[in-house]
Amino acid sequence: MATTIKPGESYGFFTDTSICIGCKACEVACKEWNQLQGNDPTFLADSYDNTGKLDDQNWRHVKFVDQVPDQAVDAGNGRAWLMMSDVCKHCKHASCMDVCPTGAIIRTEFNTVFIQQDVCNGCRNCIAACPYSVIAINQKTGTAHKCTLCYDRLQGGLEPACAKACPTQSIQFGPLAELQKAADVRLAALQSQGVTQAQLYGRDDKVYGGLNAFFLLMDKPETYGLPNADNATLPTRNDVGGYLGALVTAVLGVFAGVIAFRRRGEQ
Amino acid sequence: MFLAAEHFVRAPQWQWYILGYFFFAGLTGGSYALATILRLVGHERDEGAARVGFYASFVTLLVCPLLLTADLGASWSRFWHMLIDVTPGDQGLNFKYWSPMSVGVWALLIFGLFATVSALEAFVLDRRSSTATGAPARPMGGVAGRAFNVAGGILALFVASYTGVLLSVSNQPVWSDTWVLGGLFLASGLSGSAALMALLTRFRPDAEFSLGRLHQSDAYFSTLELVLLAAFFFTIAVAGTAARTLPWLPLWVIALLGIASSLAAVRGQLRLGAGGGSGVVARAGVDTMVLSILILVGVFALRAAVIFSAQ
Repeated sequence: MATTIKPGESYGFFTDTSICIGCKACEVACKEWNQLQGNDPTFLADSYDNTGKLDDQNWRHVKFVDQVPDQAVDAGNGRAWLMMSDVCKHCKHASCMDVCPTGAIIRTEFNTVFIQQDVCNGCRNCIAACPYSVIAINQKTGTAHKCTLCYDRLQGGLEPACAKACPTQSIQFGPLAELQKAADVRLAALQSQGVTQAQLYGRDDKVYGGLNAFFLLMDKPETYGLPNADNATLPTRNDVGGYLGALVTAVLGVFAGVIAFRRRGEQ
Repeated sequence: MFLAAEHFVRAPQWQWYILGYFFFAGLTGGSYALATILRLVGHERDEGAARVGFYASFVTLLVCPLLLTADLGASWSRFWHMLIDVTPGDQGLNFKYWSPMSVGVWALLIFGLFATVSALEAFVLDRRSSTATGAPARPMGGVAGRAFNVAGGILALFVASYTGVLLSVSNQPVWSDTWVLGGLFLASGLSGSAALMALLTRFRPDAEFSLGRLHQSDAYFSTLELVLLAAFFFTIAVAGTAARTLPWLPLWVIALLGIASSLAAVRGQLRLGAGGGSGVVARAGVDTMVLSILILVGVFALRAAVIFSAQ
């Protein structure tokens, strides 16, 4: 599907995990385009996933969730591996953007979340805030890195490298409204086939006001390492409580100091 | 109030530099606040201890920006990006009232002016005292001088406490599961500052007059800290993340020993006040030194335990 990319419109990914085959073409394409060298090879001895996590070198990560029963008496039966190509969610209410003290994290003209490398100073406040463990510090530059949703490609009218490379169209790119419609159709189709566990994550505004990179999941979000709607909370929720606690302590502290230091004549 | 939280967040790897900054921010803010209270409500003979507080605040302040810039992943020269937004087409001052790190940087900068001016004033007063008879006139006396100290004191309380709020305003386990950290760091910072000032009175005979009351205030702050520590463990237990503190049990024990030392110091002071010869006074001096160091170690350990428990 050729998409005309126009500034001022919202774009994103719809990742349909029900048709992900775990080929990791998205990881390779991402590294290729963004010139990410990747981490040193490691053997995690945990499924077929040796990438492990999203970080400064892995802006796409195909998660393998092992659901193979210990005693597979029922071969297949739809329970084997869940695979999901994870990525920055480009949240509408982005925790990283909220706390960034330098203004390095901005929302682009395509409504995606982007870290300006020449502004970031590596304070790591965004890492403490991102609930999806997406952002990491690049050891060479000392700045925070994550998926840019191929900002440079979008500016050139090209779709992101991962979506372009995905052989099963598990990763779909396009205007957000169109993707949401496509997701609704796909979910209805699956549910009509009896796949009742299928659910959309980030399609509506229950998770961080809605995600530009949202998913169709085949199990509950926690299974994939994603906070559910109850746990998807912004860091700034603690501003009022934190400052109030400090204020009450300050008042009590000053009061205690006045009691201790007040003038009581010559001693 | 808090959900049994599930966290999938990465640790920011805030380690020794940030721990050091949190420690010195507590001391610089706490010392200034205590010095201000001493000057405003204390006896005129408390002025010596107040000046000790202003000096302590200034010296501990100097370390803060060094530690903060050293911790930055990018070049230290980008520290000023916290203050000025250099985004092309969107240049201007950076101030996000909802981001404690942003507010804290500004608070530290402005508080730095107050701490520097107050330390300079103390220095001028000390110079005049050594050359003149009687109490020298304050360069910044009167209502304006008091207002200056009060404004600086308010900023000082903020600097000593916002570091805890900064941790809470995240999605990290433990830190974000409680509202207590700002208050806890402030109470602990005030306690440590009282201990630091008590320790420094050894080097300034005219400040020893205030020693008993510094210990007394320390006991109050430590009691407050103990209550907040209980609230901290209660809130993270409700959130289901209390188990993450267990590997750092030795640090929590040291923090508690620091609190116990504060209470022991005031007990010793009360005994001293009840009477004693020169031998008792000398012993009390040693006790003050040992207990003050234990209290300061406790202040450091508390912050280390909180920081490491989430990471």
